[in-house]
Amino acid sequence: MPVYSAKVMEHFTNPRNVGEIENPDGIGEEGNPVCGDMMTFYIKVKDNRLDDVKFKTFGCGAAIAVSSMVSEMAKGKTIEEALKITPQLVADELEGLPKQKFHCSNLGAQALHKAIEDYLSKKKGGTH
Amino acid sequence: MKVYFDNAATTPLLPEVRDAMLPFLGEAFGNPSSLHDWGDAARMDVDKAREQVARLIGATKPEEVIFTSCGTESNNFAIKGIALAQQSKGKHIIISAVEHFSVLHSARTMEKLGFELTLVPVDKYGVVDPDDIRKNIRKDTILVSVMHANGEVGTIEPIKEIGKITRENNIVFHTDAVATAGYIPIDVKELGVDALSLAGSQFYGPKGSGALWMRRGVRIMPLLDGGTQEGGRRAGTENVPAIVGLGKAAELAMADMAARAEHLTFLRDRLLNEMPSKVDHVVVTGHPTNRVPWNASFTVEFIEGESMLMMLNAKGVAVSSGSACTSKALKASHVLIAMCLSHELSQGSLLFGIGIDNKPEDVDYVLEEMPPIVDRLRQMSPLYSKFVKASKGGK
Repeated sequence: MPVYSAKVMEHFTNPRNVGEIENPDGIGEEGNPVCGDMMTFYIKVKDNRLDDVKFKTFGCGAAIAVSSMVSEMAKGKTIEEALKITPQLVADELEGLPKQKFHCSNLGAQALHKAIEDYLSKKKGGTH
Repeated sequence: MKVYFDNAATTPLLPEVRDAMLPFLGEAFGNPSSLHDWGDAARMDVDKAREQVARLIGATKPEEVIFTSCGTESNNFAIKGIALAQQSKGKHIIISAVEHFSVLHSARTMEKLGFELTLVPVDKYGVVDPDDIRKNIRKDTILVSVMHANGEVGTIEPIKEIGKITRENNIVFHTDAVATAGYIPIDVKELGVDALSLAGSQFYGPKGSGALWMRRGVRIMPLLDGGTQEGGRRAGTENVPAIVGLGKAAELAMADMAARAEHLTFLRDRLLNEMPSKVDHVVVTGHPTNRVPWNASFTVEFIEGESMLMMLNAKGVAVSSGSACTSKALKASHVLIAMCLSHELSQGSLLFGIGIDNKPEDVDYVLEEMPPIVDRLRQMSPLYSKFVKASKGGK
């Protein structure tokens, strides 16, 4: 087992915002089970802010902790602010990730961005 | 509660083994090659260990046993050393697709050095079909290596049948017996092998101990050149404490084999039979019956091995997994993939390596702790929610 920071262990043990949102404003999926990690983010947007963020994750301890951290970081932020969340920032907030876990498990920010893009494209298309 | 179910990784050292080793970490420090009392004392016990190891595998000539530093060295030595010594006859090697990395990667290295390699497939239980070995033999085939049993899924391979084929074709046959030595009876003559690897760390001996048995007459090129230790086949001052420990572990395993096997098989079968009734969508990996007594392996659908490992560890239970996330290489187990398990399924791999110290209560505890862990991870899993939605939609 890789050596995880106390923060990673804490988020892995008590992940925040696990679940799905009914009728979400955006859904973003990143990764695939072949490489071992897959994350789905659901967002609800109100007045240009992420009113609610939830996720479901298939993967290792790091993947679960990353998802939890991203959801916590994103909640309440404006769209513009949330788009500035990067994998590096997530890793920093988690007090670091093992080297080999940085790329494959650290997909939370991308999955969140995809959910936001989904929301923006729906909005643009007028379906929202 | 603390439950160690990772005897696939390594076994604890038996107190009797440690006691046998202790003098050689103290006053009996002599070099077995030295020609004085100190050397003689060490040499006598190294020779005794050679006999103990030979007996464990039914070898009648102890001098055919070469001590190494571990199973990995034994396998490297067998594949590289035999291939290099036989290369005037040909450069084709056959191994199975589920070999340990120390065989597989050694064979890959030989490929880089100009040898040709054929990997024979396995069926869904991980069993090699001897006919596939026969079909792949060529005029220039010089070495076949198939493991006695696979450590990850426990499946025992048809070594005897393969041995008949290699003998008919006059090809050197090596088997990696790291998963079986000390657990099931081994008779190298009956198996029809020419070389066999084993490791002390897998059957209650010390880490840093291993052996390669080689039938007299089989040529091998040393990987370690130097003095004339180990009949000139493996130079370097002997690791006397480890060798003595390996010998003692072999002696104890030989004496207790039937009782140990009965105990391990009982616990194994409870895990194999009861886990699928406690947890939905669990698949036993490896052969249902023809497997080593200590191995109970599964894959749990829709969730990933490392997170299961971490949650079990939080409950005091040690196991291992062949998932991509648990490997430093970040690749799913080649064994599970060779058995045609999907990548997705192989991510949920979980291996219980049962030990002689485990008790029925350990199995009870794990069977109790597993369902809530699996539930919790499935509640987080997008694959599981997709599955649930699809199965609802289909009804």
